[in-house]
Amino acid sequence: MHASLPDVDPLIAKLAAAMAPTLTPDTVIVGIHTGGVWVAGRLHALLGCKLPLGTLDISFYRDDFSRIGLHPQVKPSNLPFDLEGRDILLVDDVLHSGRTVRAAMNELFDYGRPASIRLAVLVDRGGRELPIRPDFAGLTLAVPAHQNVNLSRLDDGHLTLSLA
Amino acid sequence: MNLQLTEDGRLRHLLTLDGLPRAILTQILDTAESFMDVGEREVKKVPLLRGKSIFNLFFEPSTRTRTTFEIAAKRLSADVVNLNIATSSQTKGEAILDTVDNLAAMHADMFIVRHGQSGAAHFIARHVAPHISVINAGDGRHAHPTQGLLDMFTIRRFKGEFHNLTVAIVGDVLHSRVARSQIHALTTLGVPEVRVVGPKTLLPTGVEQMGVRVFHDMEAGLAGCDVVIMLRLQSERMKGARLPSAQEYFKFFGLTPEKLALAKPDAIVMHPGPMNRGVEIASEVADGPQSVILPQVTYGIAVRMAVMALLAGTGNA
Repeated sequence: MHASLPDVDPLIAKLAAAMAPTLTPDTVIVGIHTGGVWVAGRLHALLGCKLPLGTLDISFYRDDFSRIGLHPQVKPSNLPFDLEGRDILLVDDVLHSGRTVRAAMNELFDYGRPASIRLAVLVDRGGRELPIRPDFAGLTLAVPAHQNVNLSRLDDGHLTLSLA
Repeated sequence: MNLQLTEDGRLRHLLTLDGLPRAILTQILDTAESFMDVGEREVKKVPLLRGKSIFNLFFEPSTRTRTTFEIAAKRLSADVVNLNIATSSQTKGEAILDTVDNLAAMHADMFIVRHGQSGAAHFIARHVAPHISVINAGDGRHAHPTQGLLDMFTIRRFKGEFHNLTVAIVGDVLHSRVARSQIHALTTLGVPEVRVVGPKTLLPTGVEQMGVRVFHDMEAGLAGCDVVIMLRLQSERMKGARLPSAQEYFKFFGLTPEKLALAKPDAIVMHPGPMNRGVEIASEVADGPQSVILPQVTYGIAVRMAVMALLAGTGNA
């Protein structure tokens, strides 16, 4: 089933517009693998950030490792700047339980002590299991627990959302 | 049945590289790559193995291997206990299993085993409960899989690919578990030409059947190589007179700048350590610009982290 979800590009433009006034010279954008990195890359370009884009693979910080083991394709985290005193804009594609964000924050603090972390997500689909909420959301939905919201990238780089 | 793999083909123990599929070797190398930056960060730890107990069970002395396993386990946030068990030739299998049972009763999750007898790690792996993983850290002349893997990781880091390489393994192949693991890994990963170079008395009979070319002349063996792996002359294991003297050995099979010049200009030089300077390798080479011997040690931590993380993930499935 492919329920109709809005186009991704206007959602990213909306996020960028909301985030733009809050940027400081110390702001860095960090995307969470894999979908979050795609969205973060777009935001990074739209906002014209000077500092390079950071990427985070939270596989080593997941709370379900002891149940499901290591993700088969771990990518290196890449934070090509000093985190000390930075304002971090953490970006993910879909916010659900909040566990990924918790893991990402734990990992960030192992690199240094940022001044602040804010969260931007393309879709907040509800269903939180932790006291975490986004500072910026492109789209807010109430999706039943048995359904998944997925972001995929076509060969031409086009991003699309689907509900399955 | 392969003792090392689960029914669905995931790594359960790491005992030997012989028979491990290329996909698993590549998965370990890729995972190690993602652990590389942990050692550079402010907090050199990830919480992956928090609450796990890992026992370093060394029946044979080791500094580098034991230490890098310990550091790797600590960077994964595991609790590590080191046991250096003095052993003698009289040690019976039964006594080993008693030791293992006692440690299992202390809720061990993983054993890292070094033993002078070939097959010791397999022996323990067959005995332990299903949730416990065993890593072979060197058994007799048989295998030293994590050394073999860190050598592959080093080659991939410096050379990028395996499919276009000529690799020479030089020296005491006969007594070397490291060489056996390297040969299995190199051939599995698709290195088209693996050479073993050494005097007849230090090459195992029938080594050609492992898919290598044999050279008894070092100059010929090094010609055109991309990677030169020197082996330690295992003098402490040598029984009888296989060699006239260390000086004589150096003259024919020691790696000097002159001999290295026969390999490709960008060839790298590796050594699993500990080195016998002036026996199998000249100091000018060991400390020279083509040497990657110290990076090998650093990479060994990331590779061992990868193996432990993959095993711990499988063991709890």
